Amino acid sequence: MKFLQKFFDSTRPHFQKGGRFEKWYPAFEAFETFAFVPGHTTHGGVHVRDAMDLKRTMTAVILALVPTLLFGMWNTGYQHYLAYGMEATHLENFLFGFWKVLPIIVVSYAVGLGVEFVFCVMRGHPVSEGYLVTGMLIPLTLPVSVPLWMVALAAVFCTLLGKEIFGGTGMNFMNPALLARAFLFFAFPAYMSGDIWTDLSPEAGRALVDGYSGATNLVTFDANFHNLPSPADMFWGFEQGSIGETSVAAILIGAIILIATGVGSWRIIVACCLGALFMGLTFNFLAPADLPNHSMHTPAYYHLLMGSFAFGTVYMATDPVSAAQTERGKWIYGILIGAFTVILRVFNPAYPEAVMLSILLMNVFAPLIDHIVLEQHIKSRLKRA
Amino acid sequence: MGKTINIRRGYDIKLVGAAEKSTTDLPVSDVIAVKPSDFAGIIPKLLVAAGDEVVAGQALFYDKDRPNLRFPTPVSGEVVEVVRGEKRRILEVRILADRSNPRYVEFAKADPATLGRAAVIERLLDSGCWQYLRQRPYSVIADPVDVPKAIFVSGFDSAPLAPDLGYVLGQDKENFQAGLQALKVLANGNLHIGIRDGGESASESDLAGVAPENIHRFRGPHPAGNVGIQIHHVSPIQRGDIIWTVHPQDVAIIGRLFREGRYRADRVVAIAGSCVSKPQYVRVMTGQRMREILADRLNSDHCRIIQGNVLTGKTSSLDDTLSFYTNQITAIPEGDQSEFLGWLLPGFGKLSLSRTYFSWLWPKRAYNLDTNTHGEERAFVMTGQYDQVLPMNIMPVYLLKAILAKDIERMEQLGIYEVAAEDFALCEFVCTSKIDVQQIITEGLEYMRKEG
Repeated sequence: MKFLQKFFDSTRPHFQKGGRFEKWYPAFEAFETFAFVPGHTTHGGVHVRDAMDLKRTMTAVILALVPTLLFGMWNTGYQHYLAYGMEATHLENFLFGFWKVLPIIVVSYAVGLGVEFVFCVMRGHPVSEGYLVTGMLIPLTLPVSVPLWMVALAAVFCTLLGKEIFGGTGMNFMNPALLARAFLFFAFPAYMSGDIWTDLSPEAGRALVDGYSGATNLVTFDANFHNLPSPADMFWGFEQGSIGETSVAAILIGAIILIATGVGSWRIIVACCLGALFMGLTFNFLAPADLPNHSMHTPAYYHLLMGSFAFGTVYMATDPVSAAQTERGKWIYGILIGAFTVILRVFNPAYPEAVMLSILLMNVFAPLIDHIVLEQHIKSRLKRA
Repeated sequence: MGKTINIRRGYDIKLVGAAEKSTTDLPVSDVIAVKPSDFAGIIPKLLVAAGDEVVAGQALFYDKDRPNLRFPTPVSGEVVEVVRGEKRRILEVRILADRSNPRYVEFAKADPATLGRAAVIERLLDSGCWQYLRQRPYSVIADPVDVPKAIFVSGFDSAPLAPDLGYVLGQDKENFQAGLQALKVLANGNLHIGIRDGGESASESDLAGVAPENIHRFRGPHPAGNVGIQIHHVSPIQRGDIIWTVHPQDVAIIGRLFREGRYRADRVVAIAGSCVSKPQYVRVMTGQRMREILADRLNSDHCRIIQGNVLTGKTSSLDDTLSFYTNQITAIPEGDQSEFLGWLLPGFGKLSLSRTYFSWLWPKRAYNLDTNTHGEERAFVMTGQYDQVLPMNIMPVYLLKAILAKDIERMEQLGIYEVAAEDFALCEFVCTSKIDVQQIITEGLEYMRKEG
């Protein structure tokens, strides 16, 4: 490591004030602090600091995303071979998915970080760590068949309009990754629906199996919920969908990591589930008895297993920047996300991606929720006198 | 005796190098210095010049805005030098101490309980002991014109490596009790004391004369020992309220003034921290050179010397002198080494309240922390972190944002009157974004004092 340290030490003067590449200092700093936690010491206030920083926080989130990523890769291969009726080992499934998913991740990181670096150099502010997570979330929310240019476009949109125009990580009011997903959904509907969920790249001498359907369980749900896969299948995730969303089991591992490290808010996760369950049960109660196929009859817990509810709840709704920031506000925010998701799913078949829209909607309302909580807090403080 | 108050939110940072319970009396050094910078917010006007002979308790300078605040010399001797900095700002008044034959300004000995409030105030002002009285809101030196709602003394210090005040006060019991009597007169009887339930603390037996219902037991982690936290749980400060606070050791110095008729400013200071080879307590004179206090106690050249604890103390050096309010000196290693991929490695030896490091597996382990920031400053990202370590009915992030926005009405609503920077020290410690929380609070209090 001495060698690397020497390299940074010797090149630093060129990037500092008066150096040739003075303007590029934020980029230099980003690389240097990535390699070495800097030897900065405290001054002024406290003399010792907690070892946690934003890099560590983001690392914890990425760690929590690994199970879904690995499962997503495996499932990509599994669905592919299933569609062609071929037998394949777990390793073959995984490797097939690995080579399909990897380019999407690479493009997402390269383009997104590229835009972020350019922006930081132009503005002269330090490169923040937020994109480390965003860059992983974008691929996981996309179908594996997505064209790479769309991934790039999403990364640019997300970094520029999702974050940088507000001032960078910490200043945005909507979840950037989700915004990118919504952007693709509305801008390129043709690429975002239909038979896109499985990689159907041709296999020599093989044709699609009879009865192959590219429908995700949300599409099935809108047609007739009785045709949904079994709850166990939906839980384990052997189904079609975006790369990272299908396996509730893998997401649960991620949730445990997030909650155990204290990086993700357990309140939001629990509140989302409660909200969805509550709304599901309410609909069960109100469902018209003469229409046994009406989606209001769907068992409430199905909503937790279907589509990207789990993924959105665990990785998107918990984004501390765009979520409600008060402890009480987090409960309200989560419950509303869960409730809205179920309402949208049941009553608006045009938008099966109800979780995405609910979270974005609540991102917009989060400051209002916090405002109300704050006003209550001030009232309670006055009363105490 | 009120019921025990349980403080749940907070955190005890356990560090190696706690002071052993033995006290060494250090001789007064030949040169003693008094620093106006110990008293935030005053503009010093000199009363002496180089060459003057002074006796202990005689004023060296006064505050331009409040001329009755006079700042005394702790020793007798000759003023040798007035050290000035930029724009002729007074940095230090140095006195060549008369070590063999200390002389004092003599006051009549008196039982404070028999004196009237006005007489006690006059005595404290005359002797220069008034500076030991501080007020909330704003955390500044109290104004003798005010009548406070109450006076609070915290009988224990819960900060990392803090001195055991029970042990310290045990060496000066009578004076402590006399001081409490004086404070009781000042507070018209409303003198409140917080003690720790079963732990290193002033004990109830030392508190004779304090009304039993005004002795409050606290249990829980730091900042339970902060007087601001205790006030918040016993008698929260509203707009217009004034509460005075005094450190117990300063109470003893006030007691000496009445029992012995002298301003005797020696104090017991805990020397602690991993850079100290034999951590223990020392009895020293206020204004003593740090070099002579630490002598050969430091085991490393590359350490940070702090007057106070690692959360709220001020950075000092061997050439500095012991400040007016210091009860603890901490020395910890400087952490100016960069660390390869430090944010990625497991980091078993690192302390973090978050569970992204593994320190939560060993809750009882003591750490040798250095001064590294472990990352760079960022915008607010994480939420709910501050709330976990601030045991007050206050929403810290919103208060900080109100201060940054200079929104006086909001600051008031969110509780700026109740807080001091020290109460937010743990928030600053845990902050993922490495924000200077105490600095912001200090600026907010300053702004309120001037504009509010």
